Amino acid sequence: MAPTPPFTDEHEQLRASARGFIERELTPHAQQWEEEQWFPDEVFGKLAGQGLLGLKYPTEYGGQGGDYLHEAVLIEELARIGSGGTAAGIGAHVNIATPPIWKFGTEEQKQRYLAPAIRGEKIGALGITEPEAGSDVAALRTRAERTDGGWMVNGEKTYITNGLRAHFIVTAVKTTAEGGHHGISFLIIDRGEGVSSSKLHKLGWHASDTATISFEDVFVGDENLLGGLHEGFALIMANFQWERLAMALGAVGAMQIAWERTVAFARERRAFGRSLSGHQAIGHKLVDLATSAYTCRCVTYDALRRFVAGEEPVREVTMAKLLTQRACFELMDACLQIHGGAGYMREYWVERAARDARLGPIGGGSDEIMREILARSYGF
Amino acid sequence: MAATAESVQKPDFQANRKHFIFTDEHEQLRESIRNFALKELAPHAEEWEETTFPDSVFRRMGELGFLGLDKPEAYGGQGGDYYTSLVLAEEITNANSGGLAMGVAVQTDMAMPPILAFGTEEQKRQWAEPAIKGQKILCLGITEPDAGSDVSGIKTRAVRDGEDYVINGSKTYITNGHRADVIVLVTKTDPDAGYDGFTLFLVPMDAPGVIREKKLEKLGMHASDTALLAFQDVRVPDSAVLGQVGKGFYHIMWELQGERLIGAAGCVAGAQKCFDRTLQYAHERKAFGREIGKFQVIRHKFAEMATKIESARQMVYVTAWRFNNGEYPVREISMAKLHAARIACEVADECIQIHGGAGYMREYGVERVWRDMRLNRIGAGTDEIMLDVIGRSYGL
Repeated sequence: MAPTPPFTDEHEQLRASARGFIERELTPHAQQWEEEQWFPDEVFGKLAGQGLLGLKYPTEYGGQGGDYLHEAVLIEELARIGSGGTAAGIGAHVNIATPPIWKFGTEEQKQRYLAPAIRGEKIGALGITEPEAGSDVAALRTRAERTDGGWMVNGEKTYITNGLRAHFIVTAVKTTAEGGHHGISFLIIDRGEGVSSSKLHKLGWHASDTATISFEDVFVGDENLLGGLHEGFALIMANFQWERLAMALGAVGAMQIAWERTVAFARERRAFGRSLSGHQAIGHKLVDLATSAYTCRCVTYDALRRFVAGEEPVREVTMAKLLTQRACFELMDACLQIHGGAGYMREYWVERAARDARLGPIGGGSDEIMREILARSYGF
Repeated sequence: MAATAESVQKPDFQANRKHFIFTDEHEQLRESIRNFALKELAPHAEEWEETTFPDSVFRRMGELGFLGLDKPEAYGGQGGDYYTSLVLAEEITNANSGGLAMGVAVQTDMAMPPILAFGTEEQKRQWAEPAIKGQKILCLGITEPDAGSDVSGIKTRAVRDGEDYVINGSKTYITNGHRADVIVLVTKTDPDAGYDGFTLFLVPMDAPGVIREKKLEKLGMHASDTALLAFQDVRVPDSAVLGQVGKGFYHIMWELQGERLIGAAGCVAGAQKCFDRTLQYAHERKAFGREIGKFQVIRHKFAEMATKIESARQMVYVTAWRFNNGEYPVREISMAKLHAARIACEVADECIQIHGGAGYMREYGVERVWRDMRLNRIGAGTDEIMLDVIGRSYGL
């Protein structure tokens, strides 16, 4: 069968090689990293060695000069690690921390942050959410006060992926006392004096280091203002679309691998004299899951195609995010059910996959926020 | 990808976002079918629920070229690609009559494709050509009182007798069965040959022994006529065999693929139409001092419905793309059919809920959509059969 648009044979070649690398170098360690609640920083270096941290970035910064479609292939394949936390840490670096620098940064900022990030030498994080401001970004409180030659930052960010290990944090700050959406700017903050992180413990995504980051009188030079002053909201909104697409792609990849593994299990496992999959209730459940996975793929690929074509398809991306995150969790839960008692055990992959998938309907804008965006798009 | 502050904060949701499978020509065709359906069909939809739609609809659509959009020019068709047929399935929903859409689809996408694919030159001239003009009406006979999804249980027999075949049996749930001039009939010619024992025939409906038994009353699709048919010693010549003797089962399985995909497209378009109408209602209807659409629980219902519809639409389009490219994506077609039929029923039900009491009343038309849509989870292969087909494709 021909690759599904917008992908072409070229992308399928990349897929095959990325998959090979991931299954060889990363997947075997997933269990260990989950237990250690940490994957090593060297993972970034290994990925960089394969050119996988800069697929969509221009060659002058060490990227591969590809586009979002190449990146999309990687995101789907990262699901094959079998560790949502590891995929999340890589994804946070590639899909949410570095794109604003690429899109809004100065040449100097790109040389200083994007290029080493693509080489896997500097690890990035994006800091938007705060203890008192999640989806409602107008409520941000982290303040950047004007000072000689730069800014003095005070405040706290939370639920930050790569929050412990990140060398730099692309941080949303308030640069006016009031103004809601209009008083937000972005600063690239290096880890250093006044920056402290504390690890958070989570339902899933165990291998990723999610942290609360405090900023106490952190000085940030003028040269680290990213994008226009007070124009941070546009930066947030611009990246949301790609972040959400990336989540949708991640779900598509995760659903595919979970389905494959569960079918293999259901074929092998015997009950009442035949394979589990030979029972109609299980067979039909597996087919429902395949249909759901295919539905998610179709919706996501269409939104992706439109995004790459420059249509700014907010509605389509929002739908893809809403549909895929819940469908992915439901699929994982069903896979767990098909595994029975084994599904509940940590030695099988599926309880982890279910826990990891549960973040989808919350992260990157909750399901409720997605529905609000869609309702607004229909004039409500 | 130049993101500006303005464009990311004020996205244009009304942008015309044609899907990549469609060209401007398809959009023009879409426009003209829509106008036709709105002007010439929709005003009569209510009346046709009582009387069934008249045969003149076929003649008019034939005149306009809508019955042969993707059919060869040699037989009077327009020679378009598969997508033109998809456009018809989508836009005919503007007739506001599920029964009419089904009657037309039987003509264009169920009975006609096997004639064009497997028929002799003479059969194509005799039946397909006038059918494309709307002068002859076609129907398709698969289901029997004792054999539905389990096609292998078909009992209608065609027995060789000299130069002829003699057919005995009965067929039921036959759309267009009362008005049709000819039936594409699935029979068993060799009871011992399993799947290789079926043969298709083109049987003129005025042949002696063809009995239109009764008009069947239904939950929905009231504008279509649905027949129970009996065949008593119906004698047809050799030349009535459609396709190869013994290959009827495979011919019909092929036919079902196109039928299912077109059905799925109709589900998506019908659900979208119901959504649009309900959206308008939610803007107009006030409760507790504001539009009901402004209540968060109602807003979110729209978001959910829109997402479901979009998901089915993308499945249909990408599957149609494969189909049009010459792939034979049985698994994906089955998935699209299964998913589209399910979401169409869910959307229709939610639309009734949003309409409240009005939704339950005939005058708003939503209850009719609900009744019409319900067939899609049964017709052309039930949900359960789709699940079986897809499962088999994975070796399950």
